[in-house]
Amino acid sequence: MTNFNQQKILETIEMVKIHHLDIRTTTLSLSLRDCCTTDTKKTATKIYDKILKYASNLVSFANEIENEYSIPIVNKRIALTPISLIGESCDNVDYIYLAQAIDKAGAEVGVDFIGGFSALVDKGFTKGDLKFFEQIPEALAQTKKLCSSVNLGTSKAGINMDAVLKTADVIKKTAQLTSNEDSIGAAKFVCFCNAVSDNPFMAGAFCGVNEAECALNIGVSGPGVVSSAISQLDKNADFGEVANCIKKMAFKITSAGELIGRRLAKKLNIPFGVIDLSLAPTPLRGDSVAEIFKAMGLEQAGAHGTTMALAMLNDAVKKGGIMASSYVGGLSGAFIPVSEDAGMIEAANLGSLTIDKLEAMTSVCSVGLDMIAIPGDTPNSTIAGIIADEMAIGMINKKTTAVRIIPVIGKNVGQSAEFGGLLGSAPIMKVNSYSSENFVNRGGRVPAPLHSLNN
Amino acid sequence: MNNSDNQIIITVSGKDKVGIVASVSNCLAKYKVNIEDIKQTIMQDNFVMMMLCDIKKLEVSFKDFKDAMLNLGSELGMEIWVQKKDIFDKMHTI
Repeated sequence: MTNFNQQKILETIEMVKIHHLDIRTTTLSLSLRDCCTTDTKKTATKIYDKILKYASNLVSFANEIENEYSIPIVNKRIALTPISLIGESCDNVDYIYLAQAIDKAGAEVGVDFIGGFSALVDKGFTKGDLKFFEQIPEALAQTKKLCSSVNLGTSKAGINMDAVLKTADVIKKTAQLTSNEDSIGAAKFVCFCNAVSDNPFMAGAFCGVNEAECALNIGVSGPGVVSSAISQLDKNADFGEVANCIKKMAFKITSAGELIGRRLAKKLNIPFGVIDLSLAPTPLRGDSVAEIFKAMGLEQAGAHGTTMALAMLNDAVKKGGIMASSYVGGLSGAFIPVSEDAGMIEAANLGSLTIDKLEAMTSVCSVGLDMIAIPGDTPNSTIAGIIADEMAIGMINKKTTAVRIIPVIGKNVGQSAEFGGLLGSAPIMKVNSYSSENFVNRGGRVPAPLHSLNN
Repeated sequence: MNNSDNQIIITVSGKDKVGIVASVSNCLAKYKVNIEDIKQTIMQDNFVMMMLCDIKKLEVSFKDFKDAMLNLGSELGMEIWVQKKDIFDKMHTI
């Protein structure tokens, strides 16, 4: 086949150059199940050595392939088996020591983030889990690249409300320990309902216990490509046409991810895992999910109709992407982080986008409340209430939901937090001032929901 | 590398002037890159040329060759993209 189509080539170049098409992340999923010992230092050494053995070439090979196709691979990451599981066989385990060893390994191989400082406690805690929760804030404060996540609920097991309360404490304490950097530590921590084991996105990437020894998972991105395509449609194009347009673009974006992911996996000589059919924004102008809502006809993100716009976008992205890849997984859908999306920041600053509207949107988006800055003096019980609401949406709707929220110590509504890089900046959003304290302090476990009579 | 791995697309765009094709072809010949097809057009007053090339006989790394082409682009005041061809086949074909 020697023919080539000029239009397709120009379209591709335009997608990269003007609309920020990129591969958001290539994430090496790495099992640490063979790293358990009874001694923290020995475990740390085994983990460090294993990361170096598998990930030494990840960054250089990714850069090489990026160069061959001229499509940026923005982040290179590693996702590990939840460390609470690996550490708890140690006598007097020191999770902070493990965190530092992991962070050092991440710096050594040059990845952007390393995830898996995680625990799965949706049905209850082990002794190791309890110790792990206590040490998360310090571990995040003392490391640079480490990301942490906890799973607090599932549609099968219900919600562990004791863990929700502890998580609110973890978030607040992490924010306090990193208060000199606008509480950025809390941006590297996320809690889930129905966490997935092959997610390539941070802060929640970990290598599930059911995953293979290693695999390469890919997260693609290109909200700018989608908003530009919708803008070019006739203003009166109906929703069927809009959905079709999104599907076509999602197919192209995902195909690029599939090709590049497979090439990189082959070069690294590890199996290709999954592609996450995602639309992930960055703070750059034009690389925004909120811009897609505007292209669809809403004056601002948050206007009435936004939830439907997001529902359709999310569904069409999956429909278009699924044709382009043989293995799809992860969180798959449109992300709606506030601080990482210029359009969302604008809408929040204008008062169009509130935390309540965002909560509604999370019932139809890919994940949940993401990168939302709230006043630093928000009570822990209110944070627990926000988490509980989000977990409930996930549990009942059998979807992944998450909360990544940053109580910015020393700041209040009207101010904003600066995180820098991909994490962007976030206006401090107002939370409901009435108390949730007596409610969340009941503790215990929310029973698993009924999976029939779906009304 | 199989056949399609060796195929690249070079896209040159910018203000039309004398010697663009000659300079680009000359550089390709220097690196033993074979031109298999050329299409060119004028779009919105811009000269746009696309070349389908084969890098089977390339003696330096892809990166070194690409850097040389990008440098040539800067010298000519033209934008030059060098990409493996399979990305276009994959993205735009079901």
